[in-house]
Amino acid sequence: MEEIGNVIDRANEQALGVLLSGEPVLVDVVLATDVINVLKEKIILHAGPPIEWKRMCGPMRGAICGIAVFEGWASNLNEAEKLASQEALEFAPNHQFGCVGPMTGMTTASQPLIVVENQHYGNRAYCTINEGLGKVMRFGGNDQTVLERLSWIKNELAPLLGQALRRAGGIKLKPLIARGLTMGDEMHQRNVACSSLLLRELAPHMAAVAPETETLARAYSFIASNDQFFLNVAMAAGKALTDPAYGIKGSSMVTAMSRNGTDFGIRVSSTGDRWFTAPVEMPKGLYFPGYSESDANPDMGDSAIVETIGLGGFAMGAAPAVAGFVGAGAASQAGQYTKNMAEITLGENKSWTIPAMDYLGVPAGIDIRRVVETNTSPTINTGIAHKEPGIGQVGAGVAKAPMACFQKALRTFAEQMGVK
Amino acid sequence: MFSKSASDIRRANGGQMTVLVNLVQHNSYADSVALMRLSDKISGSPGIQEAAIMIATPSNKEILATANLLGHDGESAGPGDIILAVRAVDKKTADSVIAGWESELNKKSQGLSATEIWRPKTIRGAFEQQSDASMAIISVPGPFAIAEARKALMRNLNVLIFSDNVAIDEERAIKEEAKARDLIVMGPDCGTAIIQGKMLGFANSVPSGKFGIVGASGTGIQEVSCLLAHMGHGISHAIGVGGRDLTEQVGGISTLSAIDLLEKDPRTDHIIIISKPPSEKVCSKILSKIERSSKAFTVCFLGAALLELSSNARQATTLESAALQAAKQEIKPINPVSKNTGAGKRILGLYAGGTLAAEAQVILIDHGLSVTSNAPVPGALPIGSGNLQNMIIDLGADEYTQGRPHPMIEPSVRSSPFLEACDDPTVGAILCDIVIGNGAHANPAGLLISLLSEHDHPPIFVSVTGTNQDPQGRDSQLKLLESKGCTVANSNAEAARMAIASILTA
Amino acid sequence: MNKKPKPPHLLDTPLSVINVGLETFSEDLKSQNVVTLHIDWSPPAGGDPELGDLLSKLGA
Repeated sequence: MEEIGNVIDRANEQALGVLLSGEPVLVDVVLATDVINVLKEKIILHAGPPIEWKRMCGPMRGAICGIAVFEGWASNLNEAEKLASQEALEFAPNHQFGCVGPMTGMTTASQPLIVVENQHYGNRAYCTINEGLGKVMRFGGNDQTVLERLSWIKNELAPLLGQALRRAGGIKLKPLIARGLTMGDEMHQRNVACSSLLLRELAPHMAAVAPETETLARAYSFIASNDQFFLNVAMAAGKALTDPAYGIKGSSMVTAMSRNGTDFGIRVSSTGDRWFTAPVEMPKGLYFPGYSESDANPDMGDSAIVETIGLGGFAMGAAPAVAGFVGAGAASQAGQYTKNMAEITLGENKSWTIPAMDYLGVPAGIDIRRVVETNTSPTINTGIAHKEPGIGQVGAGVAKAPMACFQKALRTFAEQMGVK
Repeated sequence: MFSKSASDIRRANGGQMTVLVNLVQHNSYADSVALMRLSDKISGSPGIQEAAIMIATPSNKEILATANLLGHDGESAGPGDIILAVRAVDKKTADSVIAGWESELNKKSQGLSATEIWRPKTIRGAFEQQSDASMAIISVPGPFAIAEARKALMRNLNVLIFSDNVAIDEERAIKEEAKARDLIVMGPDCGTAIIQGKMLGFANSVPSGKFGIVGASGTGIQEVSCLLAHMGHGISHAIGVGGRDLTEQVGGISTLSAIDLLEKDPRTDHIIIISKPPSEKVCSKILSKIERSSKAFTVCFLGAALLELSSNARQATTLESAALQAAKQEIKPINPVSKNTGAGKRILGLYAGGTLAAEAQVILIDHGLSVTSNAPVPGALPIGSGNLQNMIIDLGADEYTQGRPHPMIEPSVRSSPFLEACDDPTVGAILCDIVIGNGAHANPAGLLISLLSEHDHPPIFVSVTGTNQDPQGRDSQLKLLESKGCTVANSNAEAARMAIASILTA
Repeated sequence: MNKKPKPPHLLDTPLSVINVGLETFSEDLKSQNVVTLHIDWSPPAGGDPELGDLLSKLGA
């Protein structure tokens, strides 16, 4: 009989191959209800592993109430809260429906979603459009300005982007991300290069399809004023790249890492849709003036999908400026984060290289065995939300995926492999 | 990284109030020897009743609990943590000890400073950085050593395992795995090797030359290589194979591989093999390998009976004679030894080097003396089989090294038996070794003579295993010993003969 | 991945060492001009024996 270790190595080689061979292309912007059938009912998709109302953190609850009003299921926030607490709303993780969402990650019927198609495997993944900084729904914001912005995104920006993308025949994301890495982005806390590159590619098509110049001006201005605009695109790309790697028998490669502000959850290729969860940790980082750790909400969002594909904290070496921003130490040491992550991953992604590290490919394909063995948690670059809903981002930092998730996953994986 | 410190106050047996402080350093690891050194530095300081710093394994926690050193915080620590525990007269004293330890420990793990060089955490990560690596040296705690060795072999690395406490069946398995890959495992418990003139572990700075050594014992390799150096000869390579390699269970796998390596080595003309007597089966394998070899051999199985050797090999009974025979020289008669005027009639040997202790026993037996030892060679008796016998103690044996560094690193384990021997009227001669060189204590002779008081003590016979090129310097160690009236010898064997002469002339 | 070059001959290829454990070994070797890389080793799975055992069986 062949050694189990070799069987796993081979399965992982296959899983990593799937991850690396994907071709994510930004193809469209669509209405959620058109592509996710279940969203016709009063269902809210959220970030992270499954969670019930009672255990949700403040920002998650705030976002739920806001989105219920936005959807017209409640006329005000109080009514929305009542609905939620009476179990009149249904909740499910984004990940279950090919979706991802940053922070609270609200996905509901009438929201527009960007569509990334993995053209090698034919699957599609979805993410909402990034709302910008400050008081926004992904940080639990739910007042009138937030809801109005969402309406504008839905009614004006999304149709324009969708048309432009269809006119462009899609925008290939792999080379775009590759260029962003050489320009100092790591696609989680720094997306300024990729946001600009994307706008540069989109601009002629947007101009060609815009009904009037004012519409175009508002759209340009919105995208140009949001350095994190590309984050949601990168997340959808991450989801599109990882989805084909589910269910490879014998593979210990991580296919998702995500958090709902209460629990951190991971998924592993061979165990399919199953979540392995543990209490989420507090990010460590730097706070905007006037805020401190006591204001912070625990780690939250589906955005750790970018780390799952080797970006974000894994690509810190490409983004020395981020190391300082997230309080991770000297810019000159940013590469050490990437090197540490290389010890828990299966290989490097030669399509995405880091010039300052002698064109080292970003470390890709987290192996739960190596995480547990080296006791090294994946490093996640993250924004820090205020624990009260509606205040927004109060800092940025580094969060650790809890080791317990990987230990639980390893035990189940071992059982599956017939190892006791 | 740190959890808060907790303290409790209790009345110790003497009725004095003491304070216990535990501090747990989470997810940290330090070598236990390094931790013990930190503990040792503190114990005995004023105001400190008891102090220890340990990895929070279940067995260590038990030790701490027994020592009344396990507080609430310590109890909840897991095997990935380090417990810093102090019981002192007051909290201030305890806290200052803890603070001192913390800064020592953190010297290593200051996080990411601007100048720090990144280090891989795994052999896999290291191999990616240094893919021309030819060897891994493994000195992690025994239970982990084999797994690390296996990872190294998988990457085609030769392995030196310094760690002890490796199960013998695992030793065999890892050596077979190495053999199948055309690699060699030196050790486990391999303290000494010299490869291409580079010293690994406890070794001495000796010239390079034509003699290759294969040794199942570290101090054996050290003594023979140094004696050859004193005669102007040098070493091509010295390959340590671990003390159990020539047992039936392990089968001499590494010794046979080492002979093959030296056979193919153009710099080696003459191979010296040093070991305890091998099992019969293993012995015949070795001898038939020697028979097929084109090189000359000197075989020194300390305490073995007469061997039937092929014409290219000679047997030596002691380390000294192995060096002399290889160098084609004769044993010199010893200088006259002063008459022992005391009443004592027995020799007491206190050794840091295990093979030097074995050699001393062989020489005593060879002179018709009976001898007991905690590590008896064939012909010697275990301790307790009759009082007032000549006794040779190996202070590097497990019973002396549990939870403390080997006496070659930290010779203070010899202090109390040495002082007892000085006051023992039945002892007629004290026999000691001083082993210097790479890895050894900075001034073992100085430590030994610091124990000698003004009043009378039996004659002390000492040799220094080392060279003048070693950091401690052999001549300066000899001078220190002579300055306090110790009789110094050219070799351990000579020291033993001098001790024998002194009690026989008495 | 499974390339199998001839294993390095211990005695005639230049010594290049990976050191796992006591750091003094790597300091000693560096002072003798031997290329040495010291590993920041800690017990597998943070010292948890059960997980360590599972890991070794799973080929980690």
